[in-house]
Amino acid sequence: MLKSPDPGSSPLNVVSMRGITKAFPGVLANDQIDLDIYASEVHALLGENGAGKSTLMKILYGFYRLDSGQILVNEQPVMIQSPHDARAIQIGMVFQDFSLIPALSVMENLALFLPRLPAVLDVKGINQRIQEVSGRYGLDVNPNALVAQLSIGELQKVEILKLLLADARLLILDEPTRVLAQHEVQALFKVIDTLKKDGYAIVLITHKLREVLECADRITVLRTGKVAGTLIRSEAKEEGLISLMFEKKLGAPIVVPKKVSMEKVSPLLELRDVSTHAEGLETGLKGIDLKVNPGEIVGVAGVSGNGQKELGDVTMGLIHCSHGKKFIFGEDFTDKSVQEARFSGVAFIPENPLTMSIAPFMTVLQNMAITRTMKYARLGGLNIDWQAVRMDVDRSTKKLGFSFPLYILARSLSGGNLQRMVVARELIDEPHLIIASYLTRGLDVQSAIAARQALVQARDNGAGVLLISEDLEELFALSDWLIILYAGKIVGNFKPEDTNVYEIGHLMTGSKVEHVENQ
Amino acid sequence: MLKTSEIAPCFPILQNKTIILVIRYLFMILLAFLLFGIILLISGKDPLQSYKDIFTYTMGSAYGFSEVLVAMIPMLLTALAVALPARVGLINVGGEGQLYIGAAFATFGALTFSSLPAWLLLPIMIILGMLGGALWAFVPGYLKSIGLVNETITTLLLNPIAPKIIGFLIFGFWHSPMDTVKTPNFVAAARLPTFFGTRIHLGLVIGLILLALFWLFMKYTRWGLEMRAIGNNAQAARRNGIPLKKYLIVVMCIGGAIAGLAGMSQVSGFYGVLLLNFSLSLGYMGFMVSWLAGGEPLGILLMSFVISVIITGGNLLQLTRGVPYSVINLLLAFTVFVVLARPNLIKGKKV
Repeated sequence: MLKSPDPGSSPLNVVSMRGITKAFPGVLANDQIDLDIYASEVHALLGENGAGKSTLMKILYGFYRLDSGQILVNEQPVMIQSPHDARAIQIGMVFQDFSLIPALSVMENLALFLPRLPAVLDVKGINQRIQEVSGRYGLDVNPNALVAQLSIGELQKVEILKLLLADARLLILDEPTRVLAQHEVQALFKVIDTLKKDGYAIVLITHKLREVLECADRITVLRTGKVAGTLIRSEAKEEGLISLMFEKKLGAPIVVPKKVSMEKVSPLLELRDVSTHAEGLETGLKGIDLKVNPGEIVGVAGVSGNGQKELGDVTMGLIHCSHGKKFIFGEDFTDKSVQEARFSGVAFIPENPLTMSIAPFMTVLQNMAITRTMKYARLGGLNIDWQAVRMDVDRSTKKLGFSFPLYILARSLSGGNLQRMVVARELIDEPHLIIASYLTRGLDVQSAIAARQALVQARDNGAGVLLISEDLEELFALSDWLIILYAGKIVGNFKPEDTNVYEIGHLMTGSKVEHVENQ
Repeated sequence: MLKTSEIAPCFPILQNKTIILVIRYLFMILLAFLLFGIILLISGKDPLQSYKDIFTYTMGSAYGFSEVLVAMIPMLLTALAVALPARVGLINVGGEGQLYIGAAFATFGALTFSSLPAWLLLPIMIILGMLGGALWAFVPGYLKSIGLVNETITTLLLNPIAPKIIGFLIFGFWHSPMDTVKTPNFVAAARLPTFFGTRIHLGLVIGLILLALFWLFMKYTRWGLEMRAIGNNAQAARRNGIPLKKYLIVVMCIGGAIAGLAGMSQVSGFYGVLLLNFSLSLGYMGFMVSWLAGGEPLGILLMSFVISVIITGGNLLQLTRGVPYSVINLLLAFTVFVVLARPNLIKGKKV
């Protein structure tokens, strides 16, 4: 076995987290979590989005303060109150969004992070160390290149190098493969393997099963803030992990899916082989074929970041199709604008009401009017009939059973109220096509049921719904048709009764696709 | 038509806000004068006497007061040219350039159609002036709307080009037989009417009307509502089906048109001739006024008045007290400083 490159520092054998609890307003992100991380091991943290993986690791890295619980290093309790503390006990983390300074060179970025940065840089010495470490672990980058010029794969190498040079012995990688191409993933795993052999402890946060099975030694599955199970690699099987990740309970459907008449109906929304360009860290859609018929709810499952946002945006006309055609209500809408889509009766409930749907410094009532100012305009637009807005809002909220104040600034509403406001607003004019992303995010049980029922009712009245969600239970209960998005592609297309949560789980995590491709 | 009972609930804080705003600004201006007084004291001048000079001249005499109003006119307009685009989040630093081009277009009208009667010629000049300013603002507005360049940079960079174009036009085509740095004097029909035998011209009325229209427009109209939504959260506005690109271009052009109108009113109402480099930073002054006023119409009125008092008074101090004119820039700077530091100063006072 190889020796650790820095034998002088005391080895970090085991880091234990005991009873870690962390609450954010409205959610218990971590609930009594126990976790042991050993040197010379790759420990995978597996779970859905929002399961609490990142929160747990950010606590270990001192980014969040824990509410209760204890962290022990080599059996000794430690206090980690800031990333600085964490680095002092040799814990380092690579975030999803990299934290390098683009205008500086690789060497300068690395030097900035050194624990004891001298007043005058020893450029030669630092360069030599970079060469040493990068050569040893296959992290080859040109130290003199500007960070702005590096590819995403190289950025990641620099991030890891940064931790290694700063003497970290426990490396936390938050979804490191999210932005990497396949060959880069393989290279990364090779690096991780070498690090492991040198005695480093590595925590890999991910929701991709295949990766976990490929390179982890120990796997902890988190679900809704709790440990659903910890396994060692030899015990772990795909089936078992999936059932740990996704709770197996599937409640009875709220409403029986409506019998779709077999006569030929023209679809309300049709995407034909639609692709989009990806910008930055976004996911581009690739060859999406999709139909939403009248009286049909099409559910879109997938782990977020696999093209859901783009699917909603391309349907509305916010981003252009780089390839393919889009039809709404039988008309070619490929090059039409958002206004035209909205005007013809498409409603849009985006995933984040605060940033994507409302004007925070306007009152709630004003916000209710901004999607259809034409309707409320009087005197050719010189005045606005607020009474009419009020009546519409009252009607919509009464139907949904929501209530929220109308004359305060929208920004002072809670997250749940904001979502209620947007749902109520979008359903005012009985739209023919509803695109709903994460419909029930932030809603309490009662409101969630009301919002779902409103969709079902719209469906029964002949509207089409594209329901984008991560909540499998919701999708199974509501959808007449279910598609699964992974890496911008549709990888599954089912009637809900013909499939099950395991199959969907496989597809969402990409394990089945890889399987097929490998054969 | 506009029943307050219907509107009032939407703006529950407005009534108090206006009063508080006025008190705030008066307090801040007082503070600026206090600071400037210290400077005067240090340089051996009597601040009280100096201030007395300023105020008796600008407020105490009809002539002085009229001069203040005259100085206010272009500032009202150029400030509005900044405040309107600011409502959709556009930063228009290009008032200066837009003003020059507007003046050039208006001058073209004045020289070409000089035989027309005033009731026809003046509207033509106004339209031409606004068209010129709008064209100059269209370039940044369009580039911004397609997401290519930030409008702050383009408007700023277009500023020094405009006076060069004016120079080209004057030297090449328009210069008067006597003098190469200006055009011949405009005919009487091309001059905006003045009032009460002073230099106050119709531009003041136009400015005040536009300011009131701006307020009504933002408060009551459908477009005002949509513009506020864009200024609040452009992303959301776009998702909500508000035509963002169209607004960015149109609002920028309207802003430019107002600055162009300022240029027209200067050449037609004030100078009666197109001079090389006549603006003396009126566009930038408007930017400052709008910024200090937080883009509020009433604030613009107040701030442009105060700045005009300072500038007009500064001219006087130069004569009576031997204070160099550049010292007045100090007072301007103090005003800006105090107003910009407003949040911290006021918090302690608990207004």
